[in-house]
Amino acid sequence: MPLYRDEGLVLRTHRLGEADRIITVFTRGHGKVRTVAKGVRRTKSRFGARLEPFSHVDIQCHIGRSLDVVTQVECLHAYGSVLSTNWRAWTAGQAMLEAADRIVSEDREPAAAHYLLLLGALNALATGAREPSLALDAYLLRACALAGYAPALTECVGCGQTQGLGWFHVASGGVMCAQCREPGSAAPAADALALMQALLTGDWAAAEAVDARHRGSVSGLVAAHLQWNLERPVRSLAWVERAGADPFEADEPQRPEAP
Amino acid sequence: MSIYEGVVQDLIDELGRLPGVGPKGAQRIAFHLLHSDPADMERLAQVITDVRTQARFCSVCFNVAAQELCRVCRDERRDPAVICVVEEPKDVIAIEKTREFNGRYHVLGGSLSPMDGVTAEQLRIRELLARCEGSAVTEVIIATDPNLEGEATATFLIGRLTPLGVAVSVLASGLPVGGDLEYADEVTLGRAFHGRRKIQD
Ligand SMILES: [Zn+2]
Repeated sequence: MPLYRDEGLVLRTHRLGEADRIITVFTRGHGKVRTVAKGVRRTKSRFGARLEPFSHVDIQCHIGRSLDVVTQVECLHAYGSVLSTNWRAWTAGQAMLEAADRIVSEDREPAAAHYLLLLGALNALATGAREPSLALDAYLLRACALAGYAPALTECVGCGQTQGLGWFHVASGGVMCAQCREPGSAAPAADALALMQALLTGDWAAAEAVDARHRGSVSGLVAAHLQWNLERPVRSLAWVERAGADPFEADEPQRPEAP
Repeated sequence: MSIYEGVVQDLIDELGRLPGVGPKGAQRIAFHLLHSDPADMERLAQVITDVRTQARFCSVCFNVAAQELCRVCRDERRDPAVICVVEEPKDVIAIEKTREFNGRYHVLGGSLSPMDGVTAEQLRIRELLARCEGSAVTEVIIATDPNLEGEATATFLIGRLTPLGVAVSVLASGLPVGGDLEYADEVTLGRAFHGRRKIQD
């Protein structure tokens, strides 16, 4: 049976039978692959905790008819165990994985640029380099762009003019001027649009300079834009969005030290 | 795909929905039942009916119970100031077997997983917070599963419980007893390092 070896990120896992799991892995060279890890749920499994969501792995598989079979795996970064101790980072990370799984819809279609984008985003979450919801929105915008549906932010999607762009129409795919605007358009602040543009182009200095109160409206627009293009909801996004309004939301305290 | 006719296929379909039972296993169990003593079949059918009507969940801790309160909540010798939080009723049994714990329990009913649509509202989290608010509870031990969802759920609970002034601890997760260190994967070994104990004296 043909073998391949690649690095990848574990997007999600499903139970299979008594002790196996289906592991969906976003690989650098082979795109999204669905693999079987045999016996992984047994305590003595040699795969152990390496194949949990968020794991950055060096993986070797046999190519199977529908599912590939994992033969070896090394964990390069266990992002999951870091993220699971920080609630905001955890929910942002969950939304990233779910969105990646939906955006990369075809199995085995290489998407190396998107892979590297996701890897960078998870790393930023795990190291705390970026505020979680900003890191998420930046990832989602740039993933949309790689998939061919970046929102238009600098010219009106109706007439192409670059001035007076005070409206955002989700179904039209971007900003609009006063003449073109459709009913039901959002009216984001100029700073919110500037923040979106900065996140889309990866200009972190500009993004972090925008007043944090605009982040909520940007998250709403990004979520709406993504889900409109995917034609289906990304379930974990609702959780991240509700952050702040949800009575269950709380700031992360540190985990208690071992006694 | 139905191979058998009528009620036999219905039985195979129903059995196949049970956890850990595949299509082959369902078929094997169905034919075993078909050939067993009618009295045994009656008893099994009756127990399945009874469990639906008689089994219930404890109104305080949501453990399985035969009455309003479960056995642990009815036992006055159990310390009401300490609550151990678990995901499922089977975890209560596992901890009871250790004989290490003399407090009460709280069964969440699962772990948080936004991706799979399991949110805080769907677990017994509000009820846990209500138990800890202004009552006799002084300590909460979080014993969620040692996987990512379990850890994330613990993180969420810590964030809600700490402001209430209760002492919160999480179970140490580490190496399986009886294994060799060299066979432990790096994630498990890393967690065991993180949760290491200082030896006093
Ligand atoms: Zn009880």
